[in-house]
Amino acid sequence: MTTLLEMRGISKVFPGVRALDHVNLSVEDGEIHAICGENGAGKSTLMKVLSGVYPHGSYEGDILYDGAPLTCRNIRDSEDKGIIIIHQELALVPLLSIAENLFLGNEVAKRGVINWPQAYQKTESLLRKVGLSEAPTTKVEKLGVGKQQLIEIAKALAKDVRLLILDEPTAALQENDSQKLLDLLLELKAQGITSILISHKLNEISRVADRITILRDGATVSTLTAAEISEERIIRDMVGRDMAHRYPDRVPQIGEVLLDVQGWNVWHPDQQGRQMIRDVSFTVRKGEIVGIAGLMGTGRTELAMSLFGHSYGRNISGQVKIGGKPADTSTVAKAIAAGLSYVTEDRKALGLVLEEPIVRNVTLANLFGVSNRGVLNKRRETQVAERYRDAMAIRTPGVFQKVVNLSGGNQQKVVLSKWLFTDPQVLILDEPTRGIDVGAKFEIYTIMNDLAAQGRGVVMISSEMPELLGMCDRIYVMNEGRMMGELTRAEASQERIMSLILKNERPASNGANSTEKVA
Amino acid sequence: MAEKGMGAHLGGHLRENGMLMALVAIVTFFTIVVRVVLDVDFLSAQNITNLFLQNSYVIIMALGMLLVIVAGHIDLSVGSVVGFTGAVAAYLTVTLGWPVIAVVPSCLIVGFLIGAAQGYWIAYWRIPSFIVTLAGMLVFRGLTLWLLAGQNIGPFPKAFQSLSTGFIPDAFGVGKPNMTAIVLVVLCALAIIWMGWRARTRDGEFGIAQEPMLIFTIRNLIVSAALIFVGYKLATFRGLPNVVIILTALTLLYGFFTESMTTGRRIYALGGNEKAARLSGIKTDRLVFLTFCNMGVLAALAGMIVAARLNSSTPKAGNGFELDVIAAVFIGGASMSGGVGKILGVVVGALIMGVMNNGMSILGIGIDYQQVIKGLVLLAAVIFDVYNKSK
Repeated sequence: MTTLLEMRGISKVFPGVRALDHVNLSVEDGEIHAICGENGAGKSTLMKVLSGVYPHGSYEGDILYDGAPLTCRNIRDSEDKGIIIIHQELALVPLLSIAENLFLGNEVAKRGVINWPQAYQKTESLLRKVGLSEAPTTKVEKLGVGKQQLIEIAKALAKDVRLLILDEPTAALQENDSQKLLDLLLELKAQGITSILISHKLNEISRVADRITILRDGATVSTLTAAEISEERIIRDMVGRDMAHRYPDRVPQIGEVLLDVQGWNVWHPDQQGRQMIRDVSFTVRKGEIVGIAGLMGTGRTELAMSLFGHSYGRNISGQVKIGGKPADTSTVAKAIAAGLSYVTEDRKALGLVLEEPIVRNVTLANLFGVSNRGVLNKRRETQVAERYRDAMAIRTPGVFQKVVNLSGGNQQKVVLSKWLFTDPQVLILDEPTRGIDVGAKFEIYTIMNDLAAQGRGVVMISSEMPELLGMCDRIYVMNEGRMMGELTRAEASQERIMSLILKNERPASNGANSTEKVA
Repeated sequence: MAEKGMGAHLGGHLRENGMLMALVAIVTFFTIVVRVVLDVDFLSAQNITNLFLQNSYVIIMALGMLLVIVAGHIDLSVGSVVGFTGAVAAYLTVTLGWPVIAVVPSCLIVGFLIGAAQGYWIAYWRIPSFIVTLAGMLVFRGLTLWLLAGQNIGPFPKAFQSLSTGFIPDAFGVGKPNMTAIVLVVLCALAIIWMGWRARTRDGEFGIAQEPMLIFTIRNLIVSAALIFVGYKLATFRGLPNVVIILTALTLLYGFFTESMTTGRRIYALGGNEKAARLSGIKTDRLVFLTFCNMGVLAALAGMIVAARLNSSTPKAGNGFELDVIAAVFIGGASMSGGVGKILGVVVGALIMGVMNNGMSILGIGIDYQQVIKGLVLLAAVIFDVYNKSK
């Protein structure tokens, strides 16, 4: 095997921060090379250097590609050489068709006139390659996230890709879509396409990667071959310490019922007659961590948001009791007052005001707590933010730092701080560790345990079954808007959760669950 | 990391200090050029008085427009609302003969209702504010023409005129210079320095990187010197115009509201991320509605001041004002996408627009070139912003 890409001594300095410090990366022709590291370790910066987002000259070090020095001035230059990056946030135009998206900026055209028949033909052959059977005229917004991800790869194939870079491609995918994507990567590898895979999911890495490079604090820690890859080793190199336990120890002290939801029904906000939540009942006890398992799109988020101030859905019915008394949760303000908090799965879009400092985000849901007759007490506000910064170990130069500058894990801690400051009795955490690195996950778990130990009720919605099994005292399983069953900690296992999900699943009608084979 | 925080801090203040410097530079420029070309004093007492009288409407409306823009919206109708409320004022006072004491609150209520009518569709029906207020711009211009029947209505009684052209009498009986003006201005300067010092010490306590002492001193010296100079000049002419008192009071009120009140804070959160704000228990719809009501009231106040100054209501009053106001807000550092902007910046932005209007008119620069120059200044200010951010 020959070396396709050699990055040597790459350093990149931003004002006040050294994002990359003499990083070395060597990728063989035809391999799948994984890059691992905590958030803020420099993975994305390194890929931006490679793909020309940071042009040649704005960084130190050399890049050899295909035996020659690579000096990209912009993304176009790197794409011309067959280096194509697929970002975490998909870059598709939802209202355009698949064909239009595939050839966006690269149209099948002569003198600006598009040759549609040829474009459609090419689209179909590309879609076959990634295992999709959609019509080329289908609008991208009609596709699920998993299929959109495959469209992104097809788009890369349309540009004669040699080196494909995927930045956390499975972060938003559910299990079967992730598997499909990984299978496709292996298939592309067989066709001689080299891939760089940035991922937090260690099981995926060990499944497909030939080699793995681990970054920490902007420097290369190690490059391991397939034989050396083990989760323990990867975690140790990533966080710089051994992590004997993935989940912090806890002795549950469970009290009386705190949250009691009975007969909860919710209809879709726009589509007439579509019921999203069907007759759901569940309880959460004091000091208990309760999991809600299920595939994505089965109504877990809809359940949580409809409970929290009717933030989702219409014609909501059912009873909520908090601490034994009927609670009015019909607006967000009332839900907060009743002692309920909801930590959203999408912290950037729904949880934080990114351009505002930590202090303002922490107090946003409880401005009464830092004001007197509508006048803010900024001294008290700052003290509150400082207190949570210490308690949560939010790593930041100060509480006046804008939230947008924080890593995913620290952002999540800010969101948690915001809700803790409302002093909730029950917290619903929706995918609390999504997109967060291993070290920060452990910290979030510890915080959750502390909350339970304080006598609060914690509801954890998660798509990662190991996490639910590791953390929860009880797990509810949802599918298609219903509660399919309930498992105690002793009963619960991945197999039992899956079998409950599949118990009476009808043939899936929506695209996200279709299971056609990869060609 | 600490360096980065420091850099960001300086960057943030660079914007504010930069705008202040630009204002000083523009004033200096006109002072010299007007002296050289026309041999006239640009900073004469009379011209400073004129400057405030002519541009008060921009500052007043810019305060409300900042809230609208921070909330992530825009109001294109304010120029027409100025015309319409001016017409209502004329109709009530001149045609119907109502006393001024009844006319002023009536007009403010009309402004509130106009803001409410537009805000209702924007907040509760989610119709883009650009469209609703564009419609409002046409509707209220049309209603102005209808109410005035295409004619000018005037003149106003003295009491109404004093809204704009009145002056605060000298309480100390000195006459010239007007001691009230001087005392008020000196107090104002001391208050600014004191508040700045307090904020600075507070920053120190909280471990926020402090602005270097030198910059702090220089800035405060310039601001207080300018304030006392302006106050002294005004005092030697006719004293403090009523409008200046209104302006100062409103600026302080809105400054306090945006910086230190929960409702103000919520408007920023709403503009920064509406969904996150709503999920934090903030009634975002009502907040948007109220910012438009507030805008309507301020537009009505501006409408009366403009009418009082012209001493008649004309069908064309307020034409194009919305552009000056919106430009002032953006020059003052607000962001088109919402969530960003400060009252102080907006006032400086409005003063920049005002000084340029006034200076170019004195120099006899044609309205054609004036528009070109104002447009370029707006563009330059926003480019400066974007450049600073990307650095």
